Amino acid sequence: MSDTSLSARPQRLAFPPNWPARIGFTVLALYVLYAGTVVDITWARFLTGLEQGSRFLSRMFPPNTAADKLALLHNGMSESLQIAIIATAVGVLLSLPLGLAAARNLAPAPLAWASRGLIVAFRTFHPVIVAILFVKAVGFGALAGMLALVVASLGFLSKLIAEAVEEMSMKQVEAVRATGASFLAVVIMAVLPQVMARFIGFSAYQLDSNLRNSALVGLVGGGGIGATLFTAFQRFDYDFVLTIVLAIIGIVMVGEIVSGFMRRLFQ
Amino acid sequence: MEATTGGNPSTTDRSSDRSLRIEHLHKEYRAGEPVLRDVSLTVEGRGLTAIIGPSGTGKSTLVRCINRLVEPTSGEILFRGQDMVRLSGRELRAARRRIGMIFQEYNLVERLSVIENVLCGRLGYVPVWRAWLRRFPDADIARAFELLDAVGLGDLATQRADQLSGGQRQRVGIARALMQEPDLLLADEPTSSLDPKTSVEIMELIARRASASSIPALVNIHNVELARRYADRIIGMSKGSIVFDGPPQALEDSHLLAIYGGEGWLE
Repeated sequence: MSDTSLSARPQRLAFPPNWPARIGFTVLALYVLYAGTVVDITWARFLTGLEQGSRFLSRMFPPNTAADKLALLHNGMSESLQIAIIATAVGVLLSLPLGLAAARNLAPAPLAWASRGLIVAFRTFHPVIVAILFVKAVGFGALAGMLALVVASLGFLSKLIAEAVEEMSMKQVEAVRATGASFLAVVIMAVLPQVMARFIGFSAYQLDSNLRNSALVGLVGGGGIGATLFTAFQRFDYDFVLTIVLAIIGIVMVGEIVSGFMRRLFQ
Repeated sequence: MEATTGGNPSTTDRSSDRSLRIEHLHKEYRAGEPVLRDVSLTVEGRGLTAIIGPSGTGKSTLVRCINRLVEPTSGEILFRGQDMVRLSGRELRAARRRIGMIFQEYNLVERLSVIENVLCGRLGYVPVWRAWLRRFPDADIARAFELLDAVGLGDLATQRADQLSGGQRQRVGIARALMQEPDLLLADEPTSSLDPKTSVEIMELIARRASASSIPALVNIHNVELARRYADRIIGMSKGSIVFDGPPQALEDSHLLAIYGGEGWLE
């Protein structure tokens, strides 16, 4: 009985072909080939590029460590640090209420959607584009860079908080609500304990990212080490450029270590 | 069916009265599919009332309607001279704080310490800033320690709740409910996630503490034997209606058949 039904069944495949994926990858490969021919990347062009690059690199060595250059470096660097740290602090403070307002399991639907809209607006543009806008709005300097990074932090942190809150256990919230606690008390005693560790992790990551981006916003007029770097490029001070680049790499590495440490501390 | 509900003594003074009167309670989560059908029930100001019945019969919904964790569709729930169904905002929170609730999965805030969880029972009484800064009144803290001693967890006050076993967590849940100085204790399947021995200990504790505080307890429970052993009164529910109401000794096999249906399982 079972034998006949088995043999009557059509052949079974353990790994049926995934046609959408096959077609998708084929199309992608074809497009890469096509785009490569269109943008005119030739072997000769690549070789001239290498030659120019090596000349550029040789002019960078050795890094310039003259006292006046180091003073410039120090000024730019400390301004960048200030930009990054203030932007992170302001972003963290503002993102907590915005993130809570955007969580659909806590906030009433209209507020949640409005907050989500705001977060999407903050996240739409890269910090460099936001920085260009702020430079036009408030003028050259650290303020523009800082505001740009506040917007970036706010977008990133609020979105992650909203997601963390939406994933939390509503049972714990329900139990605290059942004690007669007010909304704010529920947030403090039932919501924050569940999301705080992750929030601190996000904030540490954001500090790390703001340190990197503070150099970037400087390039478009947002002050800090980016401005110093831009000036050095324009004056063909390539040896000083190398000094700045090395300093930025150092700071970013330190930032990464600090943020990793913070995340472990609040696990 | 047995019907020994007894007369309603609540004609006396209203606010100190601990009786609960439910009139024509009706609940539909989806229109046309009633979970509670016209439930009327009076719980006097003392004793342990157990609600038994098959899963999905509305026991949990009934208990959650009382403190409005679930919104009733229609009906009245009279407690302390107020109709719970009509309350909202501040009044609802003030009424909730007089109703302690114990949950099947304990619903402790996992990342808070044991004593913080117990002090959550005061959130309906203390201002929010006190909860935020953990500056609870000394009297509350002293009482929290007393209650922890009473449930046998005096040494674990500063442990994080997620370090505890199931039985220990439920003891914290009981202490949290008692911390509210409730006039009524609700328990939604308080032993269903526990082993048989711990279940007995937890039921014992609930019964003892409720009678020590001379407050009524309303307990949903799957386990008929535990209900018989600890309840002063048993209410049997089936398909959203009350089909048995009487003292444990009056509960016979014929009633269990009416409550749970089927036959073979009783032998």
